[in-house]
Amino acid sequence: MSEPTRIRAQAQGGKTTVRVLMSHEMESGHRKDGSGKIVPSWFIQEVSISLNGKVILDADFGPSVSKNPYLQFVIKGGKTGDKLSLAWKDNRGQTRTDEASVS
Amino acid sequence: MKNTFPQTPNRRDALKQLASLTALLVGAGYSTFAQAAYNKAAFDSKSVNEAVKFQGGGGIAESKDILLNAPDYAENGAAVAIGMSTGLPGVRKIMILIEKNPASLAASFEVSEFVEANFSTRVKMSQTSDVYAVAVMADGRALFSKKEVKVTIGSCGS
Repeated sequence: MSEPTRIRAQAQGGKTTVRVLMSHEMESGHRKDGSGKIVPSWFIQEVSISLNGKVILDADFGPSVSKNPYLQFVIKGGKTGDKLSLAWKDNRGQTRTDEASVS
Repeated sequence: MKNTFPQTPNRRDALKQLASLTALLVGAGYSTFAQAAYNKAAFDSKSVNEAVKFQGGGGIAESKDILLNAPDYAENGAAVAIGMSTGLPGVRKIMILIEKNPASLAASFEVSEFVEANFSTRVKMSQTSDVYAVAVMADGRALFSKKEVKVTIGSCGS
């Protein structure tokens, strides 16, 4: 199964900077394997991020996002101890949710 | 599902069962992604204009207020760091597009009141191409800024 998403969130000066590294192959569906067959696409389509249970950011990805997607964004406000949760869903319908606290 | 219903199924009971099953699925967290459905048409688009249109952007215009941070040269097309931000108020959606990729739209962010219009990510680039940062405003305008990124080793796969 999929590896956990690494989430680092740091509150400073009234903002919280969040860095996220998801673990996913992100196959574009254009690449060919050794025998010349096209590798079917397999990528994260939807990402949903919540702060203390409330959705604050929805992102949609296409297959152009690189392998093991990196994402950085800034939350207005946020404080130490706030709970961040990130859920993703790929085009095969697999999902994964991971949580972290703001530090 | 084969043996769920009794031998002589009653239509009313069957409908009731279906309704409760649906409620169960929704209640069990399947609604996490329901807010905005994945816009397949936009992500399948072959051009920047088309993708922006599918994402609800109207007239597209270049703007200095959209800041795009991309390298001049990318040694490895498999992971090109792209950052974009804007200080403009009323941004609804921010998108990153790579003109010459098989599908232009790479990522799209729904900007809420809780986050700043400031995102960084990494994308794959198949070849040297213009990279677009597009912000769809609340009034439907689409403002963009673009930059050419030269790719020395192309990659759209790994």
